[in-house]
Amino acid sequence: MRDVAVIGIGCTTFGEKWGTSFRDLFLEAGTLALEDAQLPGEQIDALYVGNMSAGRFVEQEHVGALIADYSGMASRHVPSTRVESACCSGSLAFRQAVIAVASGLEEIVVAAGVEKMTDVETSISVDALAAAADREWEGFVGATFPGLYAMIASDYMHRYALTREQLAEVAVKNHRNGALNPIAQFRSPITVETVLRSSLVADPLRLFDCSPITDGAAAVILAPLERAREFTDAPVKVMATAQASDTIALHDRRDISTLDATVAAGRRAYEMAGLTPGSIDLVEVHDCFTIAEILAIEDLGFCVKGEAGRLTEEGETALDGRIPVNTSGGLKACGHPVGATGIKQVCEVVQQLRGDAGRRQIDGAEIGMTQNVGGTGASVAVHILGRT
Amino acid sequence: MSVPRFWRKISKRYNLEGTRCTQCGRTFYPPRTFCPDCRRSGEIVPFRFQGKGEVVTFTVIRTASDAFARQTPFVLAIIRLDEGPRVTAQVVVENVSEAHIGMRVRSVFRRIGTEGDSGVIYYGTKFVPDVPYPEG
Repeated sequence: MRDVAVIGIGCTTFGEKWGTSFRDLFLEAGTLALEDAQLPGEQIDALYVGNMSAGRFVEQEHVGALIADYSGMASRHVPSTRVESACCSGSLAFRQAVIAVASGLEEIVVAAGVEKMTDVETSISVDALAAAADREWEGFVGATFPGLYAMIASDYMHRYALTREQLAEVAVKNHRNGALNPIAQFRSPITVETVLRSSLVADPLRLFDCSPITDGAAAVILAPLERAREFTDAPVKVMATAQASDTIALHDRRDISTLDATVAAGRRAYEMAGLTPGSIDLVEVHDCFTIAEILAIEDLGFCVKGEAGRLTEEGETALDGRIPVNTSGGLKACGHPVGATGIKQVCEVVQQLRGDAGRRQIDGAEIGMTQNVGGTGASVAVHILGRT
Repeated sequence: MSVPRFWRKISKRYNLEGTRCTQCGRTFYPPRTFCPDCRRSGEIVPFRFQGKGEVVTFTVIRTASDAFARQTPFVLAIIRLDEGPRVTAQVVVENVSEAHIGMRVRSVFRRIGTEGDSGVIYYGTKFVPDVPYPEG
């Protein structure tokens, strides 16, 4: 296995992009990434595309081929593979691309993610997202995604001293970061009151505990580390790629308030990189709901179980805190185009490690982590990236 | 959900019929046809649950998908059946504020949902508070 580096990143703005189609979204992100790597498209050996549900959102399957075609790669017959694991699709596309380059089988590879969610009514997107849970035994009885995460929150708040205000602080912090991110869907700061006064979606979760429905795409370009400086002065090394699975249904988990797949993927990633949580300078976690960020902080080992609410309230996860979490604004404020989210997380970490994150910059950031969740935790991918 | 897809699980949904591994004794609801512990050495047989259990966690769904929009607000819970497995189901209460963690519940046969205005009606299992029947 050889070392792999990120040599280019590109991300569309996130939001309700009614004027932009599925294929235009991808093209925009891919073009930005190629320009960033100063790479002619002819050098691309393979594409891996994370996408959850183009079939439901834009009635289009076979999107690997579609994207290769519209990126001008059909004439060279570049292999293009769609990767799906619900909201974790982007990270798994990244992981497949890393494995392809590390193995020596492929040289210059694009890992991308794209989701076009606003071409259908909200109720259809909600139902499409519910397919990430167990349709036969969760969705069938009326479970929604906010409902499942709300049951995690209820269990957690019953067992640990997490207050409703502490939960709201997660959204407040992520909106504060999102306001500094030019690609973010929501760029307005909010207060705890904003969250607590928003409508209940599934008790105890309110509208401002939930990530939005978003259009967006992101792409990164990978190369062997030994060749990375041909393309960029600031290659970022992939120090660890890890993935774990768990039961598809929340009710079958060992512990409802722990994502065991996050714990497993996190441990594998730390072991692969030879690092501990104390070495991580910043982390992008999967805050599809505020409670999910609380679990991620704990399950990745940044504090013990039951402490993440207090950590958040005390500002330890803010930009100037001990472990900055979701400097991009997270899924909550930056937006959550499901298939693109995992790649956007990588883009954010790479920007931070290059020192290019503008007003969100974490001074001296050397090592960053991403954690991307599929469903309620049935798939989790964790990556660690480092400056070279 | 399509009619055949629903139809093939009718007995499981109507009667809380799950499965049991004869090797380790573990019971499964929703039913599994493969024991995750004993794997291929386990034999799986049908197992009928008594339908009593306890609320492990719950929520009140205020915003539902179209198929459940007319039922909101409703209580959705994870229930630990007395035989061991946990299941996701609705808990039918007069007022959603009655629901609480640790609440004892029993299963009832109920309409789950309908497919549009003229489509198939799905039935299955919901839960109600397990209180003794009033005397007389």
